[in-house]
Amino acid sequence: MKRLFVAAMAVVSATMFAPLASGETPKQGGAAVVTFNNDLTTLDPQVGYDWQNWSVIKSIFDGLMDYKPGTTELEPDLAKEYTVSDDGLTYTFKLRDGLKFHNGRPVTAADVKYSLERAVNPATQSPGAGYFSMIKGHDELSTGKAKEMSGIATPDDKTVVFTLTRPDATFLHLMAINFGFVVPKEEVEKAGADWGKKPVGTGAFKFVEWVPGQHIVLERNQDYHRAGVPYLDKLTFEFGQDPTVAVLRLGKGEVDIVGDGIPPAQFAQIMADPANKDLIAIGDQLHTGYVTMNVTQPPFDNLKVRQAVNMAINKDRIVRLINNRGVTATQPLPPAMPGYNRQNKGYSFDPEGAKKLLKEAGAENISTELYAMNVDPNPRIAQAIQQDLAAIGIKAEIRSLAQAEVIAAGGSGKAPLVWSGGMAWIADFPDPANFYYGILGCAGVVEGGWNWAKYCNKDFDARAAKADAMVKSDQAEARIAAWQGIFDDVLKEAPWAPVFNEKRFTYHSARLGGDPALFTDPIHIPVNYDYIYAKDGK
Amino acid sequence: MQDFWNRFRRDRLAVIGLATILLLLVLGLFAPAIAPYDPNQQFFDGLTLEGSPLPPGERFWFGTDTNGRDQFSRLLYGARTSLLIGILANGIAVIIGSFLGVTAGYLRGTAGAAIMRLTDLMMAFPPLLLAIALAAILKPGLAIIIVVIALVNWVQIARVIYSETVGLSERDYIEAARALGAGPLRILIRHLLPHLVPTITVYATLGIATTVLLEAMLSFLGRGVQPPTPAWGMMIFESQSYFLSAPWLVFIPGAAILILALSFNLVGDGLRDALDPTQRDRSG
Amino acid sequence: MIGYIARRLVASVMILIGVTMVTFALTFMIPADPVAMLAGRNATAQTREQIRHQLGLDRPLPVQYAAYVGRLAVGDFGKSYARKSDVGDLIASRLPPTLLLMLGAILAELMIGIPAGIYAASRRGGSADKVAMTLSFVTVSTPQFVVGLTLLYVFAYLLSWFPLSGYGSLSNLVLPALTLGMAGGGWYSRMMRSSMIEVLRQDYIRTARAKGMAEGRVLLVHGLRNAALPIIAMIGLDIGIFMSGVVVVENVFGWPGIGQLMWQAIQSLDIPIIMGVTTVAAVFIVLGNFLADLIAPLIDPRIRLR
Repeated sequence: MKRLFVAAMAVVSATMFAPLASGETPKQGGAAVVTFNNDLTTLDPQVGYDWQNWSVIKSIFDGLMDYKPGTTELEPDLAKEYTVSDDGLTYTFKLRDGLKFHNGRPVTAADVKYSLERAVNPATQSPGAGYFSMIKGHDELSTGKAKEMSGIATPDDKTVVFTLTRPDATFLHLMAINFGFVVPKEEVEKAGADWGKKPVGTGAFKFVEWVPGQHIVLERNQDYHRAGVPYLDKLTFEFGQDPTVAVLRLGKGEVDIVGDGIPPAQFAQIMADPANKDLIAIGDQLHTGYVTMNVTQPPFDNLKVRQAVNMAINKDRIVRLINNRGVTATQPLPPAMPGYNRQNKGYSFDPEGAKKLLKEAGAENISTELYAMNVDPNPRIAQAIQQDLAAIGIKAEIRSLAQAEVIAAGGSGKAPLVWSGGMAWIADFPDPANFYYGILGCAGVVEGGWNWAKYCNKDFDARAAKADAMVKSDQAEARIAAWQGIFDDVLKEAPWAPVFNEKRFTYHSARLGGDPALFTDPIHIPVNYDYIYAKDGK
Repeated sequence: MQDFWNRFRRDRLAVIGLATILLLLVLGLFAPAIAPYDPNQQFFDGLTLEGSPLPPGERFWFGTDTNGRDQFSRLLYGARTSLLIGILANGIAVIIGSFLGVTAGYLRGTAGAAIMRLTDLMMAFPPLLLAIALAAILKPGLAIIIVVIALVNWVQIARVIYSETVGLSERDYIEAARALGAGPLRILIRHLLPHLVPTITVYATLGIATTVLLEAMLSFLGRGVQPPTPAWGMMIFESQSYFLSAPWLVFIPGAAILILALSFNLVGDGLRDALDPTQRDRSG
Repeated sequence: MIGYIARRLVASVMILIGVTMVTFALTFMIPADPVAMLAGRNATAQTREQIRHQLGLDRPLPVQYAAYVGRLAVGDFGKSYARKSDVGDLIASRLPPTLLLMLGAILAELMIGIPAGIYAASRRGGSADKVAMTLSFVTVSTPQFVVGLTLLYVFAYLLSWFPLSGYGSLSNLVLPALTLGMAGGGWYSRMMRSSMIEVLRQDYIRTARAKGMAEGRVLLVHGLRNAALPIIAMIGLDIGIFMSGVVVVENVFGWPGIGQLMWQAIQSLDIPIIMGVTTVAAVFIVLGNFLADLIAPLIDPRIRLR
């Protein structure tokens, strides 16, 4: 039986990584203030699922696995090492020594089991419950037939053994997503309904205080298992802060990071100011903005019409509309995602060709509706798409609505066209599979599902399952190639019109230091709080 | 009637106001002939290379908006929607509100109380929620805006007119008129209404401005005029965060709304003076 | 008097029931699915159904409404869908800042509106009147976001007289209260002005003047009393009008009030929060109008409560 050993390199990589910043050694100490417009909903790792609480949770809690800071590369975190059986059905994790929760109690294997079962237990109402469906006993627990998952065993305090019902190459990623983060049972039970308001984890920062609608304060966890991090002593998140005002406050030194990004209205001005040259970090995101076309209804049940839409959209103009904060998208996957096909140029902008296709399809004078979320810049992007569609004879009325309404219109199949901006934001984990099942696969084609194109291809689903069954390390490349093939073929079927891949521009104060990659971390959005430092620290 | 027009005509400011309103109407009606561009045409070069709107200049007189469209053309076309909403929706609200307010204030008693409790009820709804839900029945567009604005605005007018009427109807001269055998309708029209005209004018004119802004809010929530149809309130609303970096986007449509509301105010003042021959001297 | 108050109280309770009922119906007419949003894009159909069941959204509407009112009667607003926390607590923590802001705004309105209106009326037709009238239109027709950002940019950013953002001290309150009260100041000044002009036309004023009463006294005593009734009615209405204004103002100034809570709840269709805020706001609105009606006879003794 061949086993793969992966040693913990966390400390090494962390200390090697951060000094890249400016040739400066990161300083220990100091504080940073991050602003957000919306209040956080919860800090319960099994429940929180929006882009703001996602990375705050990552700083308070840890999973068995994590990613190297600023990258999409997996590494063990709470686990010291792990092994995978040949058939890919058994994963054995060994926990690090000396792990402690913020309340001082040592972390044991039972905590890992408890946390994952908590995610699947229907009482938790975790949006991530479905992610762990390959673990044996998932269905029994999620339907209430069992109290625990038979596929998680804890032979001793330091060992967790997972038994899967099917091999799944994304399993290690799932051990790194928030829903699987380790929580102390006694604190969860003690806090009851307030657990999401007073989290206790193992992560780099300890929770101090949450004044709803105002701020959350975290402080450095002295006992953090990675020596030397975090650098900051104190991290404050302020809420209800309009980004326009936050930018002014940053100029005055009151704020260190504008969490919502640079508002379009101030973008040109800020970028043009030479003083900001070193204060803006630019990086790729795992994001694709796309238009879904409901393939179950005319006219978009016709492949030629869908291809025509792909050719009609002037992506260059839309990229300019978003201040060039992105690149034109050629395919469903973003360039930073494994499986992205650099050779695939997608559909090129060709309104004449699009008109010809429509004529061939016998679908001229189409009237339809384009749903979009009503937060800037989405209505503007929708209007740009509307104009491009009008140019080839597709009259699309815009329905610019609140997020919950657009999601409902997409999920119920009522919306012929949906602009995804502001909703299907970003990948949960950096693997092509995460861009498929929920939003392009048959599993998402249900009432309330997120496959708004309602595109279901059993053949692609089978290929996807086959790809994800390739779990051995020497199959990794073949697996990515298989996914690449699937996405290339999806593009030919054109259930989506990919428009652009967003780049992140993070504006931070001169006080803060750290590699630009940390300020545009593809996993921690907007910033990897654990590794940035204050230059005026001790 | 001839008399009335003669009196109105002598009020220079009122005539200017009326002329301005007519001018705005004409500009809106003949927008297709006057506008230099299609108001919905998004120009690739209507934005700077960084995607910012263009300031007013030779090609785009009033600059471009955040989608690279000609703001002057949008302003002209927007007059159609905004005049219709400002005048019609607010007008309906003023008429309903004044009528119910006066009736409740004059009659008082059970009928009056019932009307006022109805205003309490209407007041207590968040107008935004009302608009959002109405869209489930009506298609987004002008109809919803007019219904919602009329539903929302009449309440305030009714309450204010009510309390004024209550105060007025306790006055000696009303008692005197009643004692002399004047019917309720006569008292209402001859003795109450003239004193309420100033308040009604305030609501009719200031209301136009707030109405145009409320329209923008409804459109933002997807219940009003849907993009790309231009409307003044929406033009401001969409670009208000640009106000520090591209002030023309806010100031130009803002000025248009202001001019419209001010013109109505001048006409309102003129009308009142013309209707009430005993109060012609403007010195007060 | 006591009979009047009793009748008004009964009516108020009925109005509140009406409000919750219609709000409830309206909320469910909105074609949105809070479950799809909560569950996210990788949830299984089964997870979605479980969440739907736990939120009680799979029960018939009348049952849901009855349950809601039943809980409301014992002061339980339910739990937020997205935040999982108690809506009553959420509102309780957000209410004081919003009430403070509204109080400040009413003060600002009166301090702007009344003097400006009296002054304009006394100079009717003059240039001061015209300037005041135009300004009142400017304040009414400028969106609050723009007013707020201008005040903030000039007085907090450029001049540093006030903090840019935050909550807690009096200096934090000035700019947001001014922003929220600015438009109202325009309304009040117009109302004050026309009431004053109306008064100035009355015979008794002419008499008073003829008798040699000082001009300032004439204006204040008679003018204020005449304008008082509509102004008090307007103050009673303010709470309702401010409910949409606070959303914008709180956002610009980072004010941790109910407006921000409501706005996020509408975006994500967090029904318990929407219902809770609406109900609490309705209580205050009804209370505001009730107080306005109670105060009226104190100001103008000719009015009798019936």
